[in-house]
Amino acid sequence: MSQYQWDWLVIFENVTDTDEFYYQWLISGLGWTLLIALSAWVIALILGTIIGTARTLPNKFVAGIATAYVELFRNIPLIVQLFMWFFVLPEMVPTNIGNWMKQDMPHPGIITSIIGLGLFTAARVAEQIRTGILALPRGQKNAGLALGLTLAQTYRHVLLPMAFRVVIPPLTSEFMSIFKNSAVAYSITATELFFQMKQITGDYKPANQIEVVTIVGLIYILVAFSANRIMTFIERRVQVPGYISGGK
Amino acid sequence: MQKRLAFLVAAVSASFIGHAQANELTGTLKKIKDSGSITVGHRESSIPFSYLDDAQKPIGYAMDLCWKVVDAVKKELKLPNLAVKLNPVTSQTRIPLITNGTVDIECGSTTNSKERQKQVAFGVSTYVTSVRMLTKADSGVKTLDDLNGKAVVTTTGTTSDRYIKQNEKGHNIDVKNVYGKDHAESFLMVESGRAVAFVMDDVLLAGLIANSKSPKDFMIAGPALSVEPYGIMIRKDDPQFKKLVDDTLIGLMKSGEVEKIYNKWFTQPIPPKNINLNLPMSPQLKEAIKNPNDNGV
Repeated sequence: MSQYQWDWLVIFENVTDTDEFYYQWLISGLGWTLLIALSAWVIALILGTIIGTARTLPNKFVAGIATAYVELFRNIPLIVQLFMWFFVLPEMVPTNIGNWMKQDMPHPGIITSIIGLGLFTAARVAEQIRTGILALPRGQKNAGLALGLTLAQTYRHVLLPMAFRVVIPPLTSEFMSIFKNSAVAYSITATELFFQMKQITGDYKPANQIEVVTIVGLIYILVAFSANRIMTFIERRVQVPGYISGGK
Repeated sequence: MQKRLAFLVAAVSASFIGHAQANELTGTLKKIKDSGSITVGHRESSIPFSYLDDAQKPIGYAMDLCWKVVDAVKKELKLPNLAVKLNPVTSQTRIPLITNGTVDIECGSTTNSKERQKQVAFGVSTYVTSVRMLTKADSGVKTLDDLNGKAVVTTTGTTSDRYIKQNEKGHNIDVKNVYGKDHAESFLMVESGRAVAFVMDDVLLAGLIANSKSPKDFMIAGPALSVEPYGIMIRKDDPQFKKLVDDTLIGLMKSGEVEKIYNKWFTQPIPPKNINLNLPMSPQLKEAIKNPNDNGV
């Protein structure tokens, strides 16, 4: 075979037989990737905080349910979870609801991906919040209660604000992962960035596929790195001087 | 350099003229005669054209046609014991293996395109694939207009969605394009009611229907959105071998034998799972058999 002729401008070429350009497909894919990942992150952060907190509560029943959630969602591969939400769930609910999910729900692939990815990541966030709370000296909780705060107030004003600061570094990894994990959404019809890469390098293929794959890889790096910078910024802004996290 | 080249040309043409006879072999036939063997390129899972059976032996519609060509080569070269080597090819390797001489004849499911004709040649078309719709038998979808406002699935990385987009314009219809990650998932989208139709090559659709839990619940509907001829691939600029391949295939077409071979693979149970594709000859293929040609798309 002859030497490979590199052509990085390939993404500015016309898609065969259409009036669209490859880069337009990539930009559209990037938009959906960001939407899926950021929306899922909102779910993951809220639900993960609730479940992680619940695992540390004295009430055994509530803590047990929270533990069951974490084990269930952490131990099933993400691609299997998305498949189940998308293809299995509509068959298990009443027919009219199932038909609505299949035919009338707007953007079914995107919405299912957001919920599925959010619930999956919530289990991972929950574990980090839990370890953050457990990492605090036991005296903090006791001090809060001794001051006359209720358990809820102790969590709200004493434990959680410190726990969040402690777990910012692992949460940063999780935040970066959610962008990369969102690529799995392509398997349930979401037309995000990885889907567009598959689409372009399939039968639509321009002559130079390696460049397209490389460019998509670079876009993921850029997105994940930006996520990292944002989290580092937050970490610095909220640091408590002299305490564990961000204290440089 | 130029002098040496001129000398070489003179020497070669002199030797050529010296031996030139009516039956002088050139190209692939000469290579086969000299090496005493012919190498047949085959696919591994291109059902029912060229694929491996339980014994890892390539079988299929295109293979049956190729065996006829091999027989004709044996007869032409008077080499009844010609060694036949089998060489698996993929859609990525088939063209380089033909052009670099590893494979003499490729028997698979290769579209005869004008783009490819710059590098290789094709025998007369032996199959015509058309892009059509798979839909549930009770869906009532008969034409593109019936798809208005409905979800239509194609497989990621294929170009079938563009035929829908092209056809949308003329028909004033609005289709929701959705994408399965592979053919099996695209089929599942129709089976589970997420999409009303799956747009793809008819022969692939027929295979999915035949392999499904209840084949009678599905049908292939609608007009051909795009038509592509498949051909047996050989090297370019090789008139002797090309003529032998074409003469053999046209002979089968005129005698009606090609129809028997077609029915064996497309309308009867085939190995390995004894499924029946139930795909009678399309009008486009009938036309190609009536007027054999090697026009590309």
